[in-house]
Amino acid sequence: MNGGRHPLALAGAGLVVVAAALPFVLSGFRLFQFTQVFIYAIALLGLNVLTGYNGQISLGHGAFYALGAYTSAIMMDRWSVPFLLTLPAAGAFCLGAGFLFGIPALRLEGLYLALATFSLALAVPQILKYFEHWTGGSQGIVLSKPDAPLGLRLTADQWLYFVSLAVLLILMLLAWNLLRGRTGRAIVAIRDHYIAAEAMGVNSALYKALTFGVSAGYTGVAGALSAGAIAFVAPDAFNVFLSITFLVGIVIGGLASISGAIWGALFIQFVPNWAQDISKAAPWAIYGVFLIVFMYTMPRGIAGTLRAAWARRARRDVRSSPAKGGLL
Amino acid sequence: MRFRTVALSLAVALSLALVSAAVAADTPGVTATEIKVGNTNPYSGPASAYGTIGKAIGAYFKKVNDEGGINGRKINYITYDDSYSPPKTVEMVRKLVEQDQVAFVFQTLGTPTNSAIHKYMNQQKTPHLFVATGATKWNDPQHFPWTMGFQPNYQTEGRIYAAYVLKNVPDAKVGILYQNDDYGKDYLKGFKDGLGEAAKKLIVLEQSHEVTDPTIDSQIVNLKNSGANVFFNITIPKFAVQAIKKSNDIGWKPLHFLNNVSSSLGTVLKPAGLEASRGLITALYMKEITDPQFRNDKGYQDWVAWMKKYYPEGALDDQFNAYAYNVAILLVHVLKQCGNDLSRDGRGTLLAEPNIRRVETLEVHERPASSDPKGRPRVHTSHPLPGITESSHERSAPSTARSASTQAASSVTRSRRPRRSVTG
Repeated sequence: MNGGRHPLALAGAGLVVVAAALPFVLSGFRLFQFTQVFIYAIALLGLNVLTGYNGQISLGHGAFYALGAYTSAIMMDRWSVPFLLTLPAAGAFCLGAGFLFGIPALRLEGLYLALATFSLALAVPQILKYFEHWTGGSQGIVLSKPDAPLGLRLTADQWLYFVSLAVLLILMLLAWNLLRGRTGRAIVAIRDHYIAAEAMGVNSALYKALTFGVSAGYTGVAGALSAGAIAFVAPDAFNVFLSITFLVGIVIGGLASISGAIWGALFIQFVPNWAQDISKAAPWAIYGVFLIVFMYTMPRGIAGTLRAAWARRARRDVRSSPAKGGLL
Repeated sequence: MRFRTVALSLAVALSLALVSAAVAADTPGVTATEIKVGNTNPYSGPASAYGTIGKAIGAYFKKVNDEGGINGRKINYITYDDSYSPPKTVEMVRKLVEQDQVAFVFQTLGTPTNSAIHKYMNQQKTPHLFVATGATKWNDPQHFPWTMGFQPNYQTEGRIYAAYVLKNVPDAKVGILYQNDDYGKDYLKGFKDGLGEAAKKLIVLEQSHEVTDPTIDSQIVNLKNSGANVFFNITIPKFAVQAIKKSNDIGWKPLHFLNNVSSSLGTVLKPAGLEASRGLITALYMKEITDPQFRNDKGYQDWVAWMKKYYPEGALDDQFNAYAYNVAILLVHVLKQCGNDLSRDGRGTLLAEPNIRRVETLEVHERPASSDPKGRPRVHTSHPLPGITESSHERSAPSTARSASTQAASSVTRSRRPRRSVTG
């Protein structure tokens, strides 16, 4: 694969350059939409580490998204902490919460874990209403949109776009680094056959709880970014449907794939809007059709399909020009 | 000959273009032939029962357009689904304002959803008119001059009941049951503010309940034991039915004020039992469409005729469709009064005081046009207090009967909050 990675890396760098140029071309509204894509991508990345790589299904990541959003919102609202500083705080807080939740959840597998996490998604919006003193109850917290720091001549939309893009790139790099090494092999081994993994000396309990924590941390950072981008948090924004949307995102984007998070985020951001443009009467029926078509034509997700297409092309290259051998 | 035709049509086209350019330069979304109106509604998701409001508003605008529009301009109504999710509302409203370039945003539905765009609309200086929520905070012209509420808010209603108690019940001992959230506390605040100094003396017991509670029986028993002879019932329909039944069962007969949220004949009073509901007092500000007394009313019949022609798929027993009809009529009145000046520089004529004041005086109304404490005129509602005494909805006192008949005489009915409260 060494030779194959080179053009991919080039393409990736090209995409980053294009993404960095967009704020000076697009309208504020479009930038806002792409900012949301980046934010969703971070959340999907987190969920994909858990579900795609580690094999634990979570139907409750909307809860960690909410937790991250509220952590950031309360810090900005109560203590006037700068927006950027709330991001690591929200990430760390959710990492801790996810790790703690991961410990009892270890006893549960597959569908049972899915149900346990589902209860999180159900409970968190109500719990948020209960701590009204901090969370503002069902009225939520209205925030000011974070402005670019002094000296930077960017609009709030451009600034949030760049922050989200940068955070996404950093977290993608971190995820890639985490998953390619010894830790990553352990995480994947647990998914594939946890008894075998344990027999080889992997501390399954620790790794599972850690993975849960990391995953929740990623989602928490995404939630914190969304608090800044929307400039408002309320329990109604984090209902059960959000958690299910995340699951849809990682499956459509491609399980166990880092770039899949971006494809999935594009899907969950734009396809509901297209569905609405096609039919006002039954947008979710159209959305359902889109889902089925995607699942039929790309059963391994968008990233998986692209990877397979790339591999086929590479194979053809090998056959047509033997001199370039050693690609696979 | 041919040259002349071409020249003539060119001249006409040019002058038309000039006129429209002159208008369009002032306000986005307004041309010589069109006014773009933006809206979001929950057509899907947990609050999708409200979605019929957005559809019915569109159906009313279709009628207006069929009849030639407003001062020659057709209404181009753009409405998006936000699923009652604040982030989606922000996205869709930004699309309306920045991409579709609407003249203003109208009747966006829900308290959390409107909270999310409140600041944005005022930063953009785009009118945010007649929002569909009963919360009190929409009336803040000093900080948010571009936002305007529509429904009478909960606090106002609470104050009306308080005024009634102070005037008509000399030895009142008040017991209160309220839902423990913003909606319940809003009512409670209005009621206490209305009682003023007397509140501490008159209120003998306050009981609250959570929206998730299965029953409120014990609260009702406590209220009876407190010796209260006035009961202010701040609950949504499910609990209102329980409260009416339970107090009747245990023989507690206070003067019972029921909040408007639960004033429906069909979903509250009938299930609770009309006999048990006898003597209840509630505030209505729109004709109850399931009430037989309005069958021969012209306003009601106009509404039915419109429903059958323009919104046949809508339900004739759904109060939301009447709500939408009323608020759409109100908007059309405001736009007609604006004439050709739809600019929004400064405070903007669309929101300017004379227009709103004229809407007020246009309607049959007991109260004179008035201002809120901050000096800004509001679209007022008269809040008659029809005592529900019989199953036929006969009005009890002569004074309230007068306000009720005034209300019935008005073909432009009063605004109201949807049955299921928009509190979330």
